[in-house]
Amino acid sequence: MERHVDQELKELKEDILKMGASAEEAIYKSVEALKNRDKEMARGVIDNDSNIDKLELAVDEKCIDLIARYQPMARDLRFIATGMKINAELERIADIAADIAQRTLELVDRPVLKPLIDIPKLTTIAQNMVKMAIDAFVKGDIALAKKVMLSDSEADQLRNVIQEELTEDYMVKDGTTAPRAVQLLLIARFLERICDHTTNIAEDVIYMVEAEVVRHHPEKLKNGK
Amino acid sequence: MSPKIVTKNLNLWYGSFHALKGINSSIEANRITAIIGPSGCGKSTMLRVFNRMNDLIDGVRTEGEVLIDGKNILNSHADLVVLRKKVGMVFQRPNPFPLSIYENIAFGEKIHGEKITRDKLDEIVENSLKGVLLWDKLKDKLNEPALSLSLEQKQRLCIARLIAVKPDVLLMDEPCSTLDPQATARVEELMRELKNRYTIIIVTHNMQQAARVSDDTGFMLLGELIEFGKTEQIFKAPLDKRTEDYITGRYG
Repeated sequence: MERHVDQELKELKEDILKMGASAEEAIYKSVEALKNRDKEMARGVIDNDSNIDKLELAVDEKCIDLIARYQPMARDLRFIATGMKINAELERIADIAADIAQRTLELVDRPVLKPLIDIPKLTTIAQNMVKMAIDAFVKGDIALAKKVMLSDSEADQLRNVIQEELTEDYMVKDGTTAPRAVQLLLIARFLERICDHTTNIAEDVIYMVEAEVVRHHPEKLKNGK
Repeated sequence: MSPKIVTKNLNLWYGSFHALKGINSSIEANRITAIIGPSGCGKSTMLRVFNRMNDLIDGVRTEGEVLIDGKNILNSHADLVVLRKKVGMVFQRPNPFPLSIYENIAFGEKIHGEKITRDKLDEIVENSLKGVLLWDKLKDKLNEPALSLSLEQKQRLCIARLIAVKPDVLLMDEPCSTLDPQATARVEELMRELKNRYTIIIVTHNMQQAARVSDDTGFMLLGELIEFGKTEQIFKAPLDKRTEDYITGRYG
């Protein structure tokens, strides 16, 4: 039986999907701008952040409206509560992408430090994680959510590799390159933070579907639950 | 702690209509238990089993066990007067007697009790009205007719009338359905107050009310108890799809 609230829940889902797509695009463009030394693209990411903020507010309001008007229960309630949390995570992700764009603007006026290999790899991981997490939310797909969570350690490892290389080769061995190395180090750290926020989304999806809290309970995943 | 009320494979028929089907449940003392479900699911019948109000209906047949404090009340030797004193009931429409406020509350004691002094009766009336937070408002109007009270006050009076005979269990069948939201909120507050002393079972169509006021919730459908659990679990994450469909308005 189609209920009146179903149409509104569908719209909410679409809006969150839009938030996800915007956040993912911001990540992609912030690193593309870095690779291509494209100031305009970097500025575009920073400028567009206010649009994502607006969408976040709209989604938040819609969730509160739905709670006020329908007093949702059970899976409707979990869907809306999860939607609100995911919305906030996506807004943070977009903010971090804008931070990456800001670092990019600092870097493009200076000579190239090194060819970028691992940072684009880390970007791809982050982007895929966001894409999968949103997909898991839309489809209520637990297996996909768990896959997102497992990807996070890959991101952590890659961030460590980047950190080691930048510290050893461009800070310890040659102090003159340190200011640029610090910027890249920050970008790697930002990308890894995006993956952390995405992991939160995946945990929220598991709660939404199974009503089980896995956040701060890594053992629940290891046990195959 | 052992449960206050236990039903074991409880079946009830109205003639050939099988109204309760193999119900096993366990209701704890000093908690509010809500029974929810669509019209005709058997929830009011289930409530009425607990003080054998169904006995008043022709053609009713009951099987299984209903243990209150370990004693089977379906037993043919059970004393219904004692049972109904121990297990009182509040109905959808408040039904005070066409007597004074005082007489309404004293009524039960006069029927059940042996010779009782006026002082003792005064004390019972005062304590019962205090129990439902009506004493301060009504203490100077005790001789006025109960029918002159507001709906909410009438419902409180009916609860006071039960409390006067010192029951253990309060059965409430849609006790707020004729009340406005504010009066409902006050009766719910009273229920929370009362659960410290009584075991309360409420049947309600209002799911928000069940979610707000109860500690445990049972969902019934077509005479079966589909799911029984902690209220927060039932409303956040029901285990049975039929419960989920009902509380999210998908049933039907």
